[in-house]
Amino acid sequence: MSQRDNRKVVEYQKLVSQMTPNSRMLQGCVRAFWVGGLICCLGQAITMLGESLNLTIATTPMFTSSVLIFLGTTLTGIGVYDRIGKYAGAGSIVPITGFANSIAAPAIEFRREGLVMGVGAKLFQLAGPVLVYGISSSVVVGIFYWMIRKWIV
Amino acid sequence: MEVLWTFVKAFVVGGLICVIGEILILTTKLTSARILVLFVVSGVVLTALGLYKPVVDFAGAGATVPLTGFGYSLAMGAFEAVNENGLIGAFYGGVTNTAAGITAAVLFGLLNALLFKPHAKP
Repeated sequence: MSQRDNRKVVEYQKLVSQMTPNSRMLQGCVRAFWVGGLICCLGQAITMLGESLNLTIATTPMFTSSVLIFLGTTLTGIGVYDRIGKYAGAGSIVPITGFANSIAAPAIEFRREGLVMGVGAKLFQLAGPVLVYGISSSVVVGIFYWMIRKWIV
Repeated sequence: MEVLWTFVKAFVVGGLICVIGEILILTTKLTSARILVLFVVSGVVLTALGLYKPVVDFAGAGATVPLTGFGYSLAMGAFEAVNENGLIGAFYGGVTNTAAGITAAVLFGLLNALLFKPHAKP
């Protein structure tokens, strides 16, 4: 082997040692990317379906999220969404179907604790924080927006 | 061809938003509940700063389907309601815009709990 080939081998080994600890990270990202992207494509298809059903600009996103949430809860109910989640990680948590899963999964799991304090309360075990901070922050930015419009613009 | 491009944009942008979540989970050990909260609040803040609307215009469902899009709906609803009815709009706009999604989640979540039995974790 020439000197040049030798250097290439060393560089390659250096590259391998750099990449190896990150393989779990890379694998996780690839899985999250394609599953998350696919769910978004499904959302795009539902949006186009909504547009062909003569829904308005305001109601089409509502239609899309309702259908995706229906799919998310149903797949959770039949036990498929947990499998997707085990494979895809954030690819299944970040889309709105993950929000649906976070509502349906504890509701099913805690059913034995009764319909009120089991299903009714645990339904919001994970969705509660999302709604609390989501709605509160929307009110805060809404108030800021109102002040800016009133006093500055 | 244009339809295909729409799907490519939704796939790539939506996938990348999920990759951000995956990196956060793997590097910071954040629980999924914290990821959900973080993404919704980020969506609200980014929309308020005017940074998220261009992403939605570009990627469509690729930006509205991830939970940052839920935050986008909340914030846009609040802004539109403030435009129409002033300060009180900040209090009803967000929930009004997302009411269908929240209601669907509650109703279908409840129906699922009534219809299905718990599964063993895979």
